[in-house]
Formats: sequence, structure tokens, C-alpha cells
Amino acid sequence: MSRIDVNKTYKLFIGGTFPRSESGRVYEIKGANKKFIANPALASRKDLRDAVVAAKSASSGWANATAFNRGQILYRIAEIMQGRSEQFIDEICLLEGVSNKAAKLQVEEAIDTWVWYSGWCDKLYSVSGSQNQVSGPFYNFTTPEALGVVAVFAESKPSLLGVVRTLAPVIAAGNSAVLIASESYPLPAITLSEVLATSDLPAGVVNVLTGKVSELAPWVGSHMEIDGVDVAGLSKKQEDEIKLVGADNLKRIHRFSATNHPERILSFMEHKTIWHPIGI
Amino acid sequence: MIIDGSESSLKKFLAELSPVDQVGAEARAVMLATRSIKTTSKAWAIDTAISMIDLTTLEGADSPGKVRALCAKAVRPDPTDSTVPSVGAICVYNDMVKITRSELDAIGGKDIPVAAVATAFPSGRASIAVKKIDTQDALDAGANEIDMVIDRGAFLSGKIGEVFDEIKTIKEICGNKAHLKVILETGELVTYDNVRKASYLAMLAGADFIKTSTGKVSPAATAPVVLVMLEAVRDYFALTGSRIGVKPAGGIRTTKDAIKQLVLVNETAGSEWLKPSLFRIGASALLNDLLMQRMKLRTGHYAGANYVTVD
Repeated sequence: MSRIDVNKTYKLFIGGTFPRSESGRVYEIKGANKKFIANPALASRKDLRDAVVAAKSASSGWANATAFNRGQILYRIAEIMQGRSEQFIDEICLLEGVSNKAAKLQVEEAIDTWVWYSGWCDKLYSVSGSQNQVSGPFYNFTTPEALGVVAVFAESKPSLLGVVRTLAPVIAAGNSAVLIASESYPLPAITLSEVLATSDLPAGVVNVLTGKVSELAPWVGSHMEIDGVDVAGLSKKQEDEIKLVGADNLKRIHRFSATNHPERILSFMEHKTIWHPIGI
Repeated sequence: MIIDGSESSLKKFLAELSPVDQVGAEARAVMLATRSIKTTSKAWAIDTAISMIDLTTLEGADSPGKVRALCAKAVRPDPTDSTVPSVGAICVYNDMVKITRSELDAIGGKDIPVAAVATAFPSGRASIAVKKIDTQDALDAGANEIDMVIDRGAFLSGKIGEVFDEIKTIKEICGNKAHLKVILETGELVTYDNVRKASYLAMLAGADFIKTSTGKVSPAATAPVVLVMLEAVRDYFALTGSRIGVKPAGGIRTTKDAIKQLVLVNETAGSEWLKPSLFRIGASALLNDLLMQRMKLRTGHYAGANYVTVD
């Protein structure tokens, strides 16, 4: 008699735990060969609300952690991912139908992306901050600070790298994130959430939702607690809609090219200028 | 009369109360918490809950400035929306009563009562003489409601006559001038049976309200405890014909928590109790969450903490 496989239930990642959708809904995803792969959770707007609550409560702790500590944790994520690379490779092959070699390259690039952004955590402040000359007996400094809660619509393809290169700069800045995984390629994002849960990343700093992007996008756009959005995974039309409703609370809404760049971190930061009297 | 005023008749009455079915009470509280309240019912529940809040600040760091800010919030919880009702009352320490009263009167909150926590709040560890002066002091300053704590030490060691007399004494001082709320501090009473006994004890001694907790002890207003107290006021009404109010306080922070409390009230004591004169919620952080939920219903999108006032 053959053994029955014990298959994983793909769940959401909210506030450091792995709940099902409060709606109880799931949806079907198929691989490149049109065969059934899994039934991940179909997140509702209430799951989004819960994820934002979790992100908000985690944001001050993460933003106030030392930049050095944040860098260490991002590096730790890379370490844990390395140990899980086989699982990522399998999922990428299944979903995208690419060769094992191409999948391996993608995983390695994703891991290297974490390392690259981890290095930026404590260097941003000297690169982007400044000491300004003013006409008076004052020290005058400008320094970047995290925005707060940023929603990330991950790119669909490449399915793992598309998640990492949108997510990593957001949390490197000290923001907490609500990641909305690609609708058709969500597995690497879910597996990444299992990596994040075991990487010393404080609960709630990253929350991962799977489901219909078109259903969640309007709620992300109008949510007053979300301060920024990376619209990589949205169509131009959806991006415009989000920009329209997002104007209400002056959301920073960005779309970047596929390269890694410190500007991706700084776009989700605000610059604060401090005046301090000299000699006191 | 249910009791003749002697300690022995009081003891006999309390001893004959049926014990609380602990598992049953907890299961029923859990079951009632699963009710789904949506759309127009939710809008009604939010406004009702706001009008029932005893907006509270009981910190060592309280200052006249903080109390004034709280008064403004009590009268007009959401400055951007005049349809939001005022809260049920403001609850402060004795020394802040005067300033609270005059501030409320000055900014259009004449109808909002001021509650003072008297009788050596929160521990209640002072002589009766001090507690009497404490109460009189609050009344003189203009308090409309007195939140007194019972002597839990005496209650737990069986000196219920002492507790009874203390409540009675404070009630006499309050007279018609102020409502008396009796804080049982259920977190220190250990069992539901004790909660039921203390509820009856307070009601027999003349309480207008029975209140769960000071907010300084955890656990505070858990659902089963509130359920037991609501059953007590319901049964006391059947027995005597007078309606006593209930005030859960402490640990009620979200709109969901507040709506659960309203469901408990409706299903246990009945809809008669769903008004600020018979049900209050002691809270501070809750109000902001109610306001955010109200904004969500009004505007259709989720609100943020930056759009309500900071306490």
C-alpha cells in the first residue's frame, strides 16, 4: 500500500502567527503544467485590517531598533533562507515551469538581495542624512526616519525574487510591511513567511496575505493607517485607482525598476531635520 | 425586606444563594461573544457604547490640563463629527472633581456627571473615618457619582457585616446627592460564587450600581464575571422590583469587546438595561477605537489612529 502524502496547508502570516483567512475561503492555484498545486487562503478585507493592526503595533519597536540590529536580522533571514533553498527551488519549478538551474539562480539572487539590503541598514543615515550649515549658533541635522506601515504588492515573476526585492527595502528602512503575494504565484511568499517567523524578526513586522489582488487593492488604497505602497504587482489601472484614494492620507506610492537600489529604501522614509543650540 | 439588617440574616441570605455553575457561565459567555453585529445594528451599538462610557483617567500623573482635555473629549468625542454622542460620565480622582465639574459646565457638558473614586481607591485600605471624609470631600467638590471600593480583605475573611455596614455608611453620606457605584474588584474575589455574593451584598446595602473592577488589578472585567453580575441584578429586580446598574471596567479596549458587553446585557439582564442609567463601561482607550469604527462605517474606509485625539 502506498503512503498518503501529508500536504501543507498554505496559510496567511499575521502578527507572527499563521491563521487561515477569517472568511474561511481558499482558492486554487495550478502549476505551469496546469496541474493542481495547492489551495492557499483567500484573504478578505478583514484579514487586511488585522494585518495592518499587527503591522502598526510592531512598527515603533522595529523603527526604534538600532539600524545595526535591523541589519543583523535581515542577514539572519538570508541565512535561514539558504537552509531552505531546496524548498524554494521546488516551488519555483512547479509554479513557473523553469529549469532547476534557473530556479536555483533565482533563489541565490534572492538570498543575496537580503544580504545587500542588510548592509544598507546602518549606512543609509550617513549617505542620505546630512549636517546642514545654518546662519546661527545651531547644529542642524537631517536624518531619514521610517514611514510606518507600508503595503507591498509583490511582483508575480520572478516569484521569489519579486517578493524579496520589494519587501527587503521596506523593512530595511524600519517600516513594518503588509505583503500581498502574487495571486497566481503565492507559494514562495508563504514559504518566505515561515523563514521570517524563525529569523528573529519581531512579530508583525512582516505580514503576508494571499488572495485576489483586485479585491484587496481598493482597501489598501483607502486605509488611513497605511503610509506607503509599493505597487510592483499592480496593473497601471489599479495603480491609478490606489493613487486616487490614497491621496486622502498622502500615501507614498511608488513603482521601481527591477534593480536593487538604496533609493528603494529611502522612498519609504521621511527626512527629519533637527536644530540644536551649540554649546548646550 | 429581604433581610432584617442583622448580620446573621445577611449571612443566611448569602449562604442560601445558589452557587454559580462555573463551566456553564464561562461557556455561555463564550457563546454570546460569537454573535455577529453588523451594519445598522453595529452603528447603533457603537453610539450606544459611546454614550455608556465612563471616560476614565486614574493615574498618579493626572493634571488639570489632562482632565480638561478629557472633558473636551467627553462632550465632543470626535471634533470633526457633531453627530457623535457625548459619553456617559467622567471618572476621576477626588482632587480633580472640582476642575472637571467647572470645565464641563463651561464647555457645554452640564448633563455629563462626574464620578469620583472615593474610599481609599484602589485598595480600600483605610479606616472608615478616612473613607467617610474622602466621600464627603468628593461630594463637596461636586461629584455626581461615587465609585467606592469594598474591603476585599474583610469580605474574603468572612466579615461581611463589616463590608455591608461600610457600604451603607457611604450610601448615607451620598444620600440623594450622588449615585453610589460599588466596586467589587472581582479579580481579587477568586470565585464566581464570591462575585455573586458580593453583588447581592452591595445591592442589599444600597448600591445604585455594581462595578467589576478598579482597573488596577488583572483580570478585570472578564465576560463570565459580567454575566454573573448581570444575572444578579436581574434576579434582584425580580426579588425587589428595583433596577440596579452594572459597570464593567478594565480591559475593555476594542469595539468588539464593547459590543460583546452589550450582547451580554441584552441577553442576560434584558434590553431595559441597555441605557447609560443602568449600564456603563469604564474605559479610556476604548473611545478611540469606537470612534475609528464609527469613521469606518461613515466613510467606508478604514480609519487610522492619527485621525482621533491622543489621550
